[in-house]
Amino acid sequence: MAQILTVAPKQADAVNREIGPHKFCPGCGHGMTLNTLGFAIDDLNLKERSVFGCDIGCSLLAWNFMSIDSVQTHHGRTTPVIYGIARAVPDTVGIAYMGDGGGYAIGAQHLVNAATRNEKMLVILVNNTNYGMTGGQMAPTTLPGQKTETTPYGRDVKVHGKPFLGPEMVASIVGEESYVARGTVGNLRQLRGFMRKALTNVADGRGFSFIEVLSMCPLNWRTNNTDSWGRLKTMEEYYKVGELRVPEEIKGVK
Amino acid sequence: MVNKLITEDTKLFMTGNETVAYAAIAAQADIMYGYPITPQNEVMHTWAKMQPKTGAGFLQTEDEISAGFSTLGGVIAGKRAFTATAGPGNVIMQDAMSMAEMMRLPAVFVILQRGGPSTATVIYGQQETTLTVFGGNGEGFRVVYSTWSNQDMYDYTIKSFNTAWKYRWPTYVLADGYQGKMREPVVCYDPASRGIEMVPTEPYVRAKGIPGVDRPPCHIRNAFSVEEELLECMDNYQAAFDKMAPEIEEYYTYKADDAEILVIAHGIVARSVMTAVDELREQGVKVGLFRPITLRPLAVKPLREAVSRAKQVLFTESALGQLARICLEKMYGLTTPYDTLYKAGFGIVGDDIVEKVKEMQRNLVTT
Repeated sequence: MAQILTVAPKQADAVNREIGPHKFCPGCGHGMTLNTLGFAIDDLNLKERSVFGCDIGCSLLAWNFMSIDSVQTHHGRTTPVIYGIARAVPDTVGIAYMGDGGGYAIGAQHLVNAATRNEKMLVILVNNTNYGMTGGQMAPTTLPGQKTETTPYGRDVKVHGKPFLGPEMVASIVGEESYVARGTVGNLRQLRGFMRKALTNVADGRGFSFIEVLSMCPLNWRTNNTDSWGRLKTMEEYYKVGELRVPEEIKGVK
Repeated sequence: MVNKLITEDTKLFMTGNETVAYAAIAAQADIMYGYPITPQNEVMHTWAKMQPKTGAGFLQTEDEISAGFSTLGGVIAGKRAFTATAGPGNVIMQDAMSMAEMMRLPAVFVILQRGGPSTATVIYGQQETTLTVFGGNGEGFRVVYSTWSNQDMYDYTIKSFNTAWKYRWPTYVLADGYQGKMREPVVCYDPASRGIEMVPTEPYVRAKGIPGVDRPPCHIRNAFSVEEELLECMDNYQAAFDKMAPEIEEYYTYKADDAEILVIAHGIVARSVMTAVDELREQGVKVGLFRPITLRPLAVKPLREAVSRAKQVLFTESALGQLARICLEKMYGLTTPYDTLYKAGFGIVGDDIVEKVKEMQRNLVTT
């Protein structure tokens, strides 16, 4: 007989507990990322000032995931909606949450311009190396050789180019007031620290902040538990996890 | 709150684009988001120049996609936000407009039509009529006011903010490059002096209190999981739109009551029709004008009545039948024959209409 867990999983206060289990696929990294974001918001007591925006793709399933004010937008358009809000009400801690397609492909111009304009907002971009919601097509982040529905024989860098290095690009176009990091759902404790710094940077009104989160998509990857974890480790070898830019003022934030 | 610039009636000689900026300030618009495109630019220029006095917000975005969506961000944050664009900018801004329709966001979009399709000309046209009235992947749940003068642009820019925020549909001021670039005398006024009270805005996000503690968190979306959910939403929207329609429909007629030939035109072309009507009337030709002001929703009943009374109808526009298509659908069952005078992206003057009406008199059309 199956054993029933009597201890409820620990959930952040900034996460909406009224919706029951999340709507993401089993093994998906979105739930982990969002719950970590919730804890980071709790840590900094930012519920009142925060506005969460989510994109199209799997990220739209987060439209009522958080217990903070949230708006679900169009594909690639979360960034302009969030800086539109933050420009209108400047003490807002705007969080634009999107996938790799939304941020690096269809919404790339907004990411670039929000970064160079130093919009006071945080972009959290979940990189799972494919388009999840539409059934596993090649994304800008698909690894060389990786099979997807639109690269059934593997991503050929001669044909499709090299994977998109988002944080590296953002770090090269922002000023000293920006925070840029790449985290992973393989290390949520570290990710929570990154999120605290990024949120602090926005809450202080200092600058544009960007976190890419390496995540898993077992359904489209067609991987079991062990292989999903193995794939994440491969991603961590290609995409270097760590902080790329940390403003002096928030170096002490843990 | 922005500072008022106009506190007492002031007659200014200015372009339509400048007029829009003055009107938006008079309407207490808080923030404009915009991207350069001709013939709309001076709306932004004027708005930006007035900022030290008005204290209003402005963001020049990276494209019209952003201008549309960041405007909606401003609206969601509870501000009276607007944007202005034209031509290809109007095309890509439909993305944001469809989100505004679905989420019932009351944004104001000012359109200065130019030639189309594609880049075409930066000068003038009425070829964005269908796009503005029905653009987007939906049902055209938007209000569209077609202006014909700079004074109109002042009046209807103010009105648009109130229509948008009262009924919660995105609202368009549809003008054109001629109106945008032409100077005319405009009486600027404080809306309060005309008994116009600005409908207050309300924040969707960042309302008072801590979400989840003092109030439920705001969760707004435009995506639905199942067909039934969407159908119910659309039926409700259609019912709300239909209920609003008779309250806001506007049209203008000129010597139409006894007109044997009724000319149907909108925007600045309707002004040319007026000059033609006067000239033809002097020659004893019974001709009149029907000008829809709200292209969406259309004033269907007055249109049908005017058409029924006439012996012939003439559609004229600086497009190849975009207004006509909108009207003809609503004229189903009427048998009044009609003729057309279309010039795509080209101005129509009174002489063109005089000549056409005379031709119609000679050869009675039967289509």
